[in-house]
Amino acid sequence: MQNGNTQHIWELLNTVPDPEIPIISVVELGVIRDIIFTDNSYKISITPTYSGCPAVKTFMDDIKSCLKKNDIRNFQLRLVYSPTWTTDWMTNKTKEKLKKYGISPPSNTVVCPQCNSTKTTLVSEFGATACKSLHKCIDCLEPFEHFKCI
Amino acid sequence: MNTLFTYTLRIADSSLILGQRMSEWCAKGPTLEEDIALSNISLDLFGQANGFYEYASQLDGKRSADDLAFLRNEREFFNHQLVEIENGHFGNTTVRNFLHDAFNFLFYTELSKSKDETLAALAAKSLKEVKYHLRHSTNWLIRLGDGTKESNEKAQEALDNIWQFTNELFEMDEIDKKLLTNGIGVNNTELKNQWDEIVNNTLKEAKLTRPEDGYMATGGKRGMHTEYLGFLLAEMQFLQRAYPDAKW
Repeated sequence: MQNGNTQHIWELLNTVPDPEIPIISVVELGVIRDIIFTDNSYKISITPTYSGCPAVKTFMDDIKSCLKKNDIRNFQLRLVYSPTWTTDWMTNKTKEKLKKYGISPPSNTVVCPQCNSTKTTLVSEFGATACKSLHKCIDCLEPFEHFKCI
Repeated sequence: MNTLFTYTLRIADSSLILGQRMSEWCAKGPTLEEDIALSNISLDLFGQANGFYEYASQLDGKRSADDLAFLRNEREFFNHQLVEIENGHFGNTTVRNFLHDAFNFLFYTELSKSKDETLAALAAKSLKEVKYHLRHSTNWLIRLGDGTKESNEKAQEALDNIWQFTNELFEMDEIDKKLLTNGIGVNNTELKNQWDEIVNNTLKEAKLTRPEDGYMATGGKRGMHTEYLGFLLAEMQFLQRAYPDAKW
């Protein structure tokens, strides 16, 4: 499949999981900005979530191997910085997946993914990955991670 | 083009050197959460540096981003002296980072309006992260300054010692002036008023006294550095110097 069917590429990339939150794909994460077919090759624009997120290098490698595994070799990955990645690009369906996984999805009011309480307290503004902060639920007392809004 | 290269390199160097300093806190933070926070900030700064180095590398046409980071000596580094000074205790790090974060926040806000699309995009990206860094260092400065007698004294002493490195942030040399005329660069001098406002308000809340301007250090942007930078580079660049082109 090297005939310029960009929809097929989107579908393939939708099978590449985020290395740190494997429940969602790189497409759902919103880092694939654009796929165009010109000069007989797919130009895939990717934007980093956080400048220094180590997952970026990993998912770029994963994208390459996914395409190659599917016999697609005529592609180029391009890192773009503008427009800046934002959690606003995440769909409600993706947010629901995060919540089921135990991560409070990006929203202005932090909601406990275990009991849906909005009575939570911030433990640390920085978490195990650049995109998350640490919280605790005051009602069910469970600690949890929140995907930060940026 | 040479001017733009140097301008970009200066931004990258300040991010890299502060990132390297912050990485020294890894596994030494005062609490586990804080250790994670400091490492996260370090990672953001490395990422920002990488973006600017990649652009500088394109402008240079010869050296890669890694070459620029690992194969230059201290006289070829153009970071602010403020970011190279040693971490000291947690209070020293907090004061240094707060003063620089406040500058970075204002600087990237302006640079994101640059006529140079790449610089503008990198600045907009960095700004989102720097806002977070500033909030973090501001909160800590207030906690330390308005904490115990000991934490207040230590924060005040740190502030008094580090203050001399703040003036350089607002200097404008020929490169800055040329790029300002082109609509590419930032007017650093104009950032001073807003920086004063942020600093004064935070210091007041932290019950700390703003030091008088005395001797003010300068020269980082021209490659003149304190003795600390050489040691930092020796450690940071060791692997690439000992095993050229090593990859892992």
